[in-house]
Amino acid sequence: MDKLIVEDLHKKYGNNEVLKGVSLRAKAGDVISIIGSSGSGKSTLLRCINFLERPDAGRYFLNGEPIELQRNRLGELIVADPGQLRRMRIKLAMVFQHFNLWLHLTALENVIEAPIHVLGLTRTEAIARARRDLAKVGLSQEIEKMYPAHLSGGQQQRVAIARALAMDPEVMLFDEPTSALDPELVGEVLRVMQKLATEGRTMIVVTHEMSFARNVSSHVIFLHQGRIEEEGPPSAVLETPKSERLQQFLVGTMR
Amino acid sequence: MIDLVKQYWQQYLWGTLAHPTGLVITLWLTVASLGLGFVLAVPLAIAKVSTNRWLSIPVALYTYVLRGTPLYVQLLLLYSGVYSLDAVRSTPFLNGFFRDAFNCTILAFTLNTAAYTTEIFAGAMRATPRGEIEAARAFGMSGLTLYRCIILPSALRRALPAYSNEVILMLHATTLAATATVPDILKVARNASSDYYLPFVAYGIAALLYLCITFALIRLFRSAERRWLAYLR
Repeated sequence: MDKLIVEDLHKKYGNNEVLKGVSLRAKAGDVISIIGSSGSGKSTLLRCINFLERPDAGRYFLNGEPIELQRNRLGELIVADPGQLRRMRIKLAMVFQHFNLWLHLTALENVIEAPIHVLGLTRTEAIARARRDLAKVGLSQEIEKMYPAHLSGGQQQRVAIARALAMDPEVMLFDEPTSALDPELVGEVLRVMQKLATEGRTMIVVTHEMSFARNVSSHVIFLHQGRIEEEGPPSAVLETPKSERLQQFLVGTMR
Repeated sequence: MIDLVKQYWQQYLWGTLAHPTGLVITLWLTVASLGLGFVLAVPLAIAKVSTNRWLSIPVALYTYVLRGTPLYVQLLLLYSGVYSLDAVRSTPFLNGFFRDAFNCTILAFTLNTAAYTTEIFAGAMRATPRGEIEAARAFGMSGLTLYRCIILPSALRRALPAYSNEVILMLHATTLAATATVPDILKVARNASSDYYLPFVAYGIAALLYLCITFALIRLFRSAERRWLAYLR
């Protein structure tokens, strides 16, 4: 079953066209890795999926349901019904490169905030759910009361993943989740993501971690200058790249 | 000097139940104007940082005028100025309100502190990390929920040190109430001074009282910061 379909996405910043007609389809259980050099549009693509960036053109289907769009004054596409936008974002939980935890809230409060105020859970339900998800990302109860500033980068990102899990999302979006981490902390976050993938979570991951793309994902998309240059199962795309650009890119990442 | 203290200590502190004076009045002026000012400042600050110009420009004008004129002048305008207008005196409600010095004083103080507090809160809101707002949006928050859950709690905490300054300045600004015949600490000190010709003692006692209140306020804000700014330590 298709969880999310995005068709023919276009996005311009001024005269600079960052996305030139990108389509993407995530079936239940898919783990899609989006790779590409910086400036290829991969983060923009991910941020257009939950409308943190507004595309100039494109069509969206979530669980088969079309998302109704309209243009704002700047000519960008927005979701016509704010309620549908909220329902859509609830189903697409996001994990950010710089964690974007709410700094004035403790680890636990970060995880229960949206379930309480957006999903309408009671505090008790939300806390039970938060404890379940913090445990899932390998964080002990001791860090519950700690503020993000007092946690390591790896712990912060795992709190952020727990925060996303607590929404019970249909699709999880990861925007370079390990790029801001010290090298020795990358592993703990990747292991959590791998665990989620084996549980059958549907994930779309913008990443520079080629080992993750190769070993964990079911589908790899290589973006180049706003277009999908090559895509397919990781064995095909990463082992036997057809296009010269992808070959160059892969050689570059080996070093 | 002993006589002055003997005769005036009660007036310095609370006066009588029917006619409260001194410390009680000063505290009441401070708390009432800060409380009302806070209630006004939160929505005004939200309007001030709004991208909607119909909201932000009127607020900017308000804070500009109120911060651009001395509080003393504002007080005189509301206390003497407004009541001299025929339109005010011929309207029963306005007539009743502006005839009372206490009302005029609280109104002037409230409008003034609301302007400064609005700027403090607006600055703190603008300093909310973009990523935190983005995360809130990505998790389905918008409009009121976004403000109530993320922007306000974060901004009000950040504003705490600057706001504590405003509170202390407001306390000291309440001395202007004496000029509008409100019997605050300074007014009692004036009476005591002219009664006994002991200005140093009379005003010295007033200074000590203000110092004590300030000390209590500083303690209060320090523990508030320890609690609400714990995430910064």
